[in-house]
Amino acid sequence: MRARRTDGIVRASGPGARLLRVLLFVVLGLFCLYYLFPLFVMVSTSVKSLAEIREGSFLALPRAISFEAWAKAWGSACVGVRCDGLQPYFMNSVMMAVPAVLLSTLLGALNGYALTKWRFPGADIVFALMLFGAFIPFQVVLLPMARTLGQLGLAGTVPGLILVHTVYGLAFTTLFFRNFFIGVSDGIVNAAKVDGAGFFGIFFRIVLPMSLPAIVVTVIWQFTQIWNDFLFGVSFTVGDSNPVTVALNNVVNTSTGVKEYNVDMAAAIIAGLPTLLVYVVAGAYFVRGLSAGAVKG
Amino acid sequence: MLRAMSRTIERRLPLIVVSPLFAVSLFFVYGFIAWTIWISFTKSGVMPVYDFHGLAQYERLWATPRWYVALKNLFVFSGLFIAISMGLGILLAILLDQRIRIEGAIRTIYLYPMALSFIVTGTVWKWILNPGLGIEKVMRDWGFEGFTFDWLVNPDFAIYTIVIAGVWQSSGYAMALFLAGLRSVDDEVLKAAAIDGAGPWRVYTGIVLPSLRPVFLSVVIILAHLAIKSFDLVVALTGGGPGFATDMPATFMYAFAFQRSELGVAAASAVMMLATVCAIIVPYLYSELRGARR
Repeated sequence: MRARRTDGIVRASGPGARLLRVLLFVVLGLFCLYYLFPLFVMVSTSVKSLAEIREGSFLALPRAISFEAWAKAWGSACVGVRCDGLQPYFMNSVMMAVPAVLLSTLLGALNGYALTKWRFPGADIVFALMLFGAFIPFQVVLLPMARTLGQLGLAGTVPGLILVHTVYGLAFTTLFFRNFFIGVSDGIVNAAKVDGAGFFGIFFRIVLPMSLPAIVVTVIWQFTQIWNDFLFGVSFTVGDSNPVTVALNNVVNTSTGVKEYNVDMAAAIIAGLPTLLVYVVAGAYFVRGLSAGAVKG
Repeated sequence: MLRAMSRTIERRLPLIVVSPLFAVSLFFVYGFIAWTIWISFTKSGVMPVYDFHGLAQYERLWATPRWYVALKNLFVFSGLFIAISMGLGILLAILLDQRIRIEGAIRTIYLYPMALSFIVTGTVWKWILNPGLGIEKVMRDWGFEGFTFDWLVNPDFAIYTIVIAGVWQSSGYAMALFLAGLRSVDDEVLKAAAIDGAGPWRVYTGIVLPSLRPVFLSVVIILAHLAIKSFDLVVALTGGGPGFATDMPATFMYAFAFQRSELGVAAASAVMMLATVCAIIVPYLYSELRGARR
């Protein structure tokens, strides 16, 4: 028997190894700076005055901290001709994201449950056909979707966007829940069936309570996707019904007047804050969503 | 009688639940794709018309110089974006896999850009790369008077700024996928190799990396998929400009559909995008689903 434990991959000792270890931390630290640097620039620029931005370096710490740019980005910056700041568009995004996330998650759960625990002939083909919808380039549905929304009287409205996000989110949410339910033992479901419990009874009383982790992963994933969407927002909404990402782009790219970089940066932070908060609070679930997004049936 | 009926309904319930959702998918995915394909074979301009008109729109598409710019940009962008993101991703994953106590914190920092909208990312990098006030100004203030870094407004180099911002946003994602792959490599094999006297370099190049082949494939496909769909980042960072030097198929399609109202050409370009994605995704999905059943 060997007495020395090899701890995973060889770890030698001695001064050479210690030097390598230090080097490792230096490299990892440098990459931390690389990823954090745009966030730093964004925050520090947003609290500077315009004069300071023009004179000083964009890497310098702010000399005096002012939240004027934040107030302006939120309440009075001009988006097109309307000068109410990002606030109304932020609310649009909330009104769009909350129902779309809940709907697509619930329907995905129901779908995944029916496809795995009540298997019927052709269930695999149904799943494969639906899954494909998660990968199409959405350019291929933009034109017919715009026409359909028009015919439904939903063109340029927030409810229209809710419909779009629910429909195209369904493929992903079904995938998440199907993968989760495959790991859930059939025994519990079958026992409940023998006891006379029905499709919905089992779903609401047994399956849903035990799928909390899957629900959290799906909700976080869907919220991030829908909040950050730009393509659907810019294609299917106009002016007042724009989500916050579209409004942000309009603030930044208005060519009239003095360019207010501090307001741009504050607006970018405001638009990014909800998903960033979700990430900080529930990062582990977010990562699980990302790796589930890599399919794996 | 009534009871028998309710029993039949109960038995069919799974199908009754799945069918409408499936029908919605069929209509909004396959129906819409069919509509777009059909429009690409018609004379549609500002308004859709439905008379078959052959391949005329495809001929127009492939005779449009702007389409070639978009394709070339897609190749340049996706090639660099995939290669650099993967290189960084695997490097960071290996470095993070060295039993570091604060791994969780570092991973959180590497991955947070993925939580941001591409519009936010584009806005920030537009500011950093701004020739008048960003990196160029800092370097000049530091005494490098002749330093120029005007990629953002230089038609020949603007596409690389999109690579810079795209890599910043997505390399953490590649890192997370590789790290998950590294964690699934059997510890016993590594120990055996170590006992046999293989150094860390040999262990990684000889055992670990080859066993990660499926992860490499997944990462390439996910990144390629992101690259083909890239729209937001281009709009936020360069707006497709200068001129249309940084146009990509996604922005090309949007411009022809909603700004120039040439539905036929827009539909044809969308079909080309779909065909490209299918060529990548369908074999992948097929093997994934088949592998899962086994």
